[in-house]
Amino acid sequence: MTSQEIHEKIKLQFPAAVLESKTEGVVDPFIKIAPEYVADVASFIRDNEELGFDFLMCLSGIDYGKGTLGVIYNIFSMKHRHKLNLKVEVPKDKAEVPSVSLIWNTANWHEREAYDLMGIIFIGHPDPRRILMPYDWEGHPLRKDYKTPEFYQGMKVPY
Amino acid sequence: MGLLDKKFDNSNIVITSMDNLLNWARLSSMWPVQFGLACCAIEMMATGASHYDLDRFGIFFRATPRQADVMIISGTVTLKMAPRIKLLFDQMSEPRYVISMGSCANCGGPYWEHGYHVLKGVDRVIPVDVYIPGCPPRPEALLEGIMKLQEKIRSESLAKKSA
Repeated sequence: MTSQEIHEKIKLQFPAAVLESKTEGVVDPFIKIAPEYVADVASFIRDNEELGFDFLMCLSGIDYGKGTLGVIYNIFSMKHRHKLNLKVEVPKDKAEVPSVSLIWNTANWHEREAYDLMGIIFIGHPDPRRILMPYDWEGHPLRKDYKTPEFYQGMKVPY
Repeated sequence: MGLLDKKFDNSNIVITSMDNLLNWARLSSMWPVQFGLACCAIEMMATGASHYDLDRFGIFFRATPRQADVMIISGTVTLKMAPRIKLLFDQMSEPRYVISMGSCANCGGPYWEHGYHVLKGVDRVIPVDVYIPGCPPRPEALLEGIMKLQEKIRSESLAKKSA
């Protein structure tokens, strides 16, 4: 299936969810959906026979730098050899996205990383701990407005 | 050097000072704690393997700090790892020595400015005897550092405690 057809199929199933769909004039076609629909769209595109997206290649957190955070899902179908880039954007003060870790297991650690470094909260994640930084760390270091702390457990952090 | 130079011809008696004897024993069997932190650890493993052969210095890696004399900090010390390193160091019995291997352990290395998660030099948590520059240092450099530490131990004395 082409990206165009895939996007059309998602649009047909979830008319209210799709905010933007771009296939022309971009290197990677993408579809942007409202955050509250992520889990529904994910289980639909995985279980649908024609789409068959059985593999989440990557999940990335992103800080757009204008008061919003985002999550990008790169999804692939092993059966049909086609792929899909899914985007969501959430406001920084309410950065909550439904978890897809029960749909694709890949998402488990990726979502923990996005939470750890970006502060995006994944609703329904089975184990929502930090994955890289120490558990008592304050803040989310890859946010654009992050300030490096002066001290951590009595150790000076800046050079 | 030359503990055996002062040997009597026809017997197995050696006359030396206590300092010399202890220093000779210590510098001839420096056992490091077996742990590596980052890419420097790969060079450390290469130094331990047959081509560079740390065994000829009497150096064997020990899997517990309680049997170790030397700690080779081989790699980036993150803020998460620093308290663990301090704990390992505290578990070593004296006399104990620390070799800081590579730029990261010396001063933070490439993470010195934007590394929010990196301790800028392991000497902020434990005392360091020898610093080895390099990113990562070649096995020859690590051997040089080890020989520098041997020199340092050789000049120690029971009467006055060295730093």
